[in-house]
Amino acid sequence: MSANIPAFFWQFVIFVILLFVTGVYCIMVTRNFIRVLIGLEILTKAVTLLIVLAGFATGHTALAQAYAVTLIVIEVVVIAVAAGIVIGVFRVNNSLDVTKLRNLKG
Amino acid sequence: MKMNLLCLILLFLMLLSSVWAVMTRTLLKAAIGLALASAVLTVLMFLLGAPMAAVFELSVCAGLITVVFVSTISLTKPISEKAEEEREREHLKFSWILPLILLAIGLALKFVPFAFDFNLPPAALNNDFRSVLWNTRLLDILGQITIILAGVFGVIILFKEKKENER
Repeated sequence: MSANIPAFFWQFVIFVILLFVTGVYCIMVTRNFIRVLIGLEILTKAVTLLIVLAGFATGHTALAQAYAVTLIVIEVVVIAVAAGIVIGVFRVNNSLDVTKLRNLKG
Repeated sequence: MKMNLLCLILLFLMLLSSVWAVMTRTLLKAAIGLALASAVLTVLMFLLGAPMAAVFELSVCAGLITVVFVSTISLTKPISEKAEEEREREHLKFSWILPLILLAIGLALKFVPFAFDFNLPPAALNNDFRSVLWNTRLLDILGQITIILAGVFGVIILFKEKKENER
């Protein structure tokens, strides 16, 4: 079957790439633990959009939705556990600076 | 054509709210920006023919995750809010670079000829979300249950350790 991709698909892909860059930038620049999680969240949003978009372009919307729901569940669990870790780190170090996490440094 | 324009506006809105979440100084505003991006993504998903996933996105990502973020921010409140803002200002000193990077990459991608000739699989015969989720992707459900249990046990262990330390 030859490629029959809607024209607007590539516009969406450009925006997905830009969202991904925003998330990577957020993770790389900041030193705040919570901002790292926010960057991770932006990354997952870009991926969710790409999955739904791929489903729309190929006609497999139900399959794409199943994948998107799985991704959302994984995202929530990761954020919940990471938030617990952030609170734990704050109680021990009294800081959210990721550069100060040197307790395990040999 | 109308849908195309609407999608474009929504994509811009989503990107803007994400950039705002990254660039804003206070964490609470960042969490609100993230919730806004989730809400816009919900509308986009609905327009792309994924209403069930859109409902999940709205209730879980825009609702639950925002609540988790806000409670984490309030539980990790710094000693002085002014000191925290000062520190954030120092850390986000170069945040103005982000719009420039996005503009450069966006303009560069505009000239990239996205015309990959990949073979698309035929459209699915069974396009019912419920039957795909419960029959075709049953293993995913089991995986989700395992991950949720792992998360629950993880959070329990994290807070249990803390209680023992406090005693």
